[in-house]
Amino acid sequence: MSTVTNAAGYLENLVQSWRRPPAASLFWLDQLRAHAMNSVGTLRMPTTHDEEWRFTDISPLGRLPYPAARAAPKTQFSDISHYYLEEAIYRLVFVDGQFAPDLSNVANKADAIIGNLSSLITTHGDTIARYLGQLAELQNDIFTALNTAFLHDSACIIIPQNVSVTTPIHLLFISRQKEITSYPRCLVIAESGSNVTIVEDYVTTEQAAYVINSVVEMSLSDTAHVNHIRIQRDNQQAFHIGNCTVALAHASQYRSVSITLGAHISRYNLNVALAGEGAECTVDGLALISGHQLADTHTFIDHAKPHGKSRQLHKCIVDGIAHGVFNGRIMVRPHAQLTDSSQLSRNLLMTNKARIDTKPQLEIFADDVKCAHGATVGQLDKEEIFYLMSRGLSDLTARNLLTYAFGGEVIDRIAIPSLKKQLEEIILARTQIS
Amino acid sequence: MINQNSKILLEVRGLHASVNGIEILKGVDLTVKCGEIHAIMGLNGSGKSTFAKILAGHPAYEVTAGAIIFNEQNLFDLEPEERARAGVFLAFQYPIEIPGVANNQFLRLAYNTIQSQRGKEELDPLEFDDFIRDKMKLLEMNPDFLDRSVNEGFSGGEKKRNEILQMALLEPKLAILDETDSGLDIDALRIVANGVNQLTNKDNATILVTHYQRLLDYIVPDYVHVMEAGRIIKTSGKELAKELETHGYDWINAEKSFNKTGVRL
Ligand SMILES: Nc1ncnc2c1ncn2[C@@H]1O[C@H](COP(=O)(O)OP(=O)(O)OP(=O)(O)O)[C@@H](O)[C@H]1O
Ligand SMILES: [Mg+2]
Repeated sequence: MSTVTNAAGYLENLVQSWRRPPAASLFWLDQLRAHAMNSVGTLRMPTTHDEEWRFTDISPLGRLPYPAARAAPKTQFSDISHYYLEEAIYRLVFVDGQFAPDLSNVANKADAIIGNLSSLITTHGDTIARYLGQLAELQNDIFTALNTAFLHDSACIIIPQNVSVTTPIHLLFISRQKEITSYPRCLVIAESGSNVTIVEDYVTTEQAAYVINSVVEMSLSDTAHVNHIRIQRDNQQAFHIGNCTVALAHASQYRSVSITLGAHISRYNLNVALAGEGAECTVDGLALISGHQLADTHTFIDHAKPHGKSRQLHKCIVDGIAHGVFNGRIMVRPHAQLTDSSQLSRNLLMTNKARIDTKPQLEIFADDVKCAHGATVGQLDKEEIFYLMSRGLSDLTARNLLTYAFGGEVIDRIAIPSLKKQLEEIILARTQIS
Repeated sequence: MINQNSKILLEVRGLHASVNGIEILKGVDLTVKCGEIHAIMGLNGSGKSTFAKILAGHPAYEVTAGAIIFNEQNLFDLEPEERARAGVFLAFQYPIEIPGVANNQFLRLAYNTIQSQRGKEELDPLEFDDFIRDKMKLLEMNPDFLDRSVNEGFSGGEKKRNEILQMALLEPKLAILDETDSGLDIDALRIVANGVNQLTNKDNATILVTHYQRLLDYIVPDYVHVMEAGRIIKTSGKELAKELETHGYDWINAEKSFNKTGVRL
């Protein structure tokens, strides 16, 4: 009972804290926000009684009605340059959800349109209006509704027809203030035949708690290729709710790798709709958590048309008394014949207090399909540990090396050397291998 | 090489061991001195690998009786990694694959651990790379194996070579090679045997577990033991292996009966 009161108060407080002037006084944008605010009015905070939130108790969030971030603190290049990726020419930096033009490198030219909503809305308003808020679940998801109701700054990326952007685009979302809520937002429009790699990266300079509520929308037109790497490295006090919705048209390809390292409680919802014939996606994830962390990944791969293909590998490494949750829903709709789908959830428990809840959820309504799925939960292999120890490695080093190797399989799928190196260092530090 | 004045490196007395409650070793006795090469032969399932893995400290086997003194220490006081650091090395009959662990990283960690144990200098990745490539040349191994995961997808023979590469790196006092010759082609057998011969000296010792005389043509043993049903039932010189090859293991039993009764059965 008290949770419900709490949660209601939470929403009220959040809504009241929102006094920012709109990004642009465009009718459609105001309407979108108003529409989202309406949804906020009809929705409530989820509890563990909701099937989708069964394992993830976000009631602590109800006690933290952090207001939306006010002006972002002045951030110097030197504060954050160690996060920069040397391969990335284009970079959009957001401090507590607010665009930081001085730290960013935007583009507005024939072969790449990369910038903040407020400027691109004047040059590409019609295109943006067609997609912004159209993919994300405004009606049913309270967090998406809130993010949209408060929509102000947003990374906008438009890759024109048949353009390949050869360098990754780095979206760096930095949390710098404690006890605030930030609302990162991103829209990617990959026109037909285009090709782009996007790194969505959450970092922080803050030690205390804050809340992130992020929403990403990606639209892939015919034969477009989008590579999406998402890194969540918030501090261990933070709350992070992330939503990403991807729509794939005919023969387009979406590849994603999501790495979850931080946050006290995190939830990532990734919805991928294979809405065109022959669309393909690869959806990989790794959560490496310890202490009291809870990391929940919910994915939904929706095969709506024939000849679709999906591949998924999700791994959790859970140490301490942490709790990993994976729910991998795959739907094959009646017309989606010749769908080829595989899902594997592999989990490593490092202690006997660590916990994993993993659930494949296959809903298959077509008859001529290939769908494989599997889940394993285990500990490190004793024979492997013995082999390493028989060569002089200590029990701890052997375990760390094997743990690192377990996560490495996902990290290896990131094709950006400097990012891979950063992640390897984080994981090495966590697993203490010299 | 037998030298009566050499120090005893390994002394096994009345070793009994079981796995999951089944007794497998039923009183193994064996003495190995520095500088010696011993071959252990015997039928499938007689307990050779079990014995080898117990020496290395495999946790699945429970020692129920007996003693093992290695280099003046009670071997049972040492954890597997301490045994390795003290100079015990087992080349496994079936080397395990470890996906995701790069061979070069693993080899360097192992090498540096042993080096630091011996108070010697550790090598950084670049230095180690030069060092390991030299060792690989000795075994005619392709350096590509460095970048692959430990043993993953290696052919049977490649795995065995990788074991001997580790032996060359770690320079053990006591090397136990469990059927390292099985799965090697004729050229590889010669290469691996040469590698092993270069590593043997008067201060270390080698135990070869094998089924074939072939290996013993290259690495000539000082003693040949026959294991049967968890015990060493016969020990002799290198000629024993040749006799076994001609007559098979039944011959020993026949000979035993002959000795007991004075009549050949
Ligand atoms: N973990 C185990 N569980 C059950 N039985 C085992 C186990 N390990 C060994 N054994 C049994 O112990 C016996 C001895 O096995 P071992 O591997 O030592 O034989 P070996 O002499 O090395 O044979 P080979 O020549 O075929 O390699 C076999 O009967 C084997 O099945
Ligand atoms: Mg054997």
